[in-house]
Amino acid sequence: MPHDHHDHDGLSPSGHPYRTDNDVPLTYWQTMEIALRELLIEKGHITASEVSAQIDAMDARSPANGAAVVARAWVDPDFRQRLLADASAASREMGFDIGPMNLIAVENTAETHNLIVCTLCSCYPRNLLGLPPDWYKTRAYRSRAVREPRAVLHEFGLDLPQHMTIRVHDSTADMRYVVLPARPAGTNAMTEAELAALVTRDSMIGTGLPRRP
Amino acid sequence: MAERVRVKTMMPPGHVRAPAYLRGKSGVIERTLGSFKNPEKLAYGLPAEERPLYRVRFTMAELWGADAEIPDDTLDAEIYGHWLEQEPSHAS
Repeated sequence: MPHDHHDHDGLSPSGHPYRTDNDVPLTYWQTMEIALRELLIEKGHITASEVSAQIDAMDARSPANGAAVVARAWVDPDFRQRLLADASAASREMGFDIGPMNLIAVENTAETHNLIVCTLCSCYPRNLLGLPPDWYKTRAYRSRAVREPRAVLHEFGLDLPQHMTIRVHDSTADMRYVVLPARPAGTNAMTEAELAALVTRDSMIGTGLPRRP
Repeated sequence: MAERVRVKTMMPPGHVRAPAYLRGKSGVIERTLGSFKNPEKLAYGLPAEERPLYRVRFTMAELWGADAEIPDDTLDAEIYGHWLEQEPSHAS
């Protein structure tokens, strides 16, 4: 009888705390969002299914999209040039619907490592990579990435030699950024799809490197 | 040679996209980005004129002085033209 047990200090049978139900009043902005959405639907400007479809479209975006762009740049020098010149156009060329996003790709080399942050809020290339990781939006990451990037990278397990230059990019206004990581050694025989599997989300933010084959 | 600029030290109230930690700091224009609607107006639903936007590159030494991990590491940020002033030249 799975429910025939006592409450163990508020812990579930698996020993974890129960998650509290969200029986709390709506915040001001939650109320405003619901009011605006319902008005737009009632007045026939949008439909509920269009709202759901838009949420689905955003949830369908993932780091795999960016990984495909990176892998293409690794195997196609002309594409790499186009990506560095205009990352929005290059992403669209590969068939990704990134909307109106203005994207800049910054390239890691033997001398340079790039790191992306948004100190003012949580600007992130969502239209290519999907939603950002929670830590990207924390005050700790946002404030420390510009002040002590090497200490931050160390905590991510990435220790860069002193002779490498770190370039931090603060997404303060209308542009979004994606890191073009350096292609790992020992990957000459790999296909574009195999290469894409090496490209992690963090390697496109700059807090990591691609996987080794 | 890249143009040297300084972020103005003004502290207006309201929504601005020039981070406080860069105000008064000098850097070089890394690239021009074209013109975008002024976010200081857009944030309030006001008619927004287009303003030129620049990517400005600062050294960590300029931002943090002796506390910089590596002085020559850099920080790039997008700064609107009305937040930039020409840095007076110190070269003789």
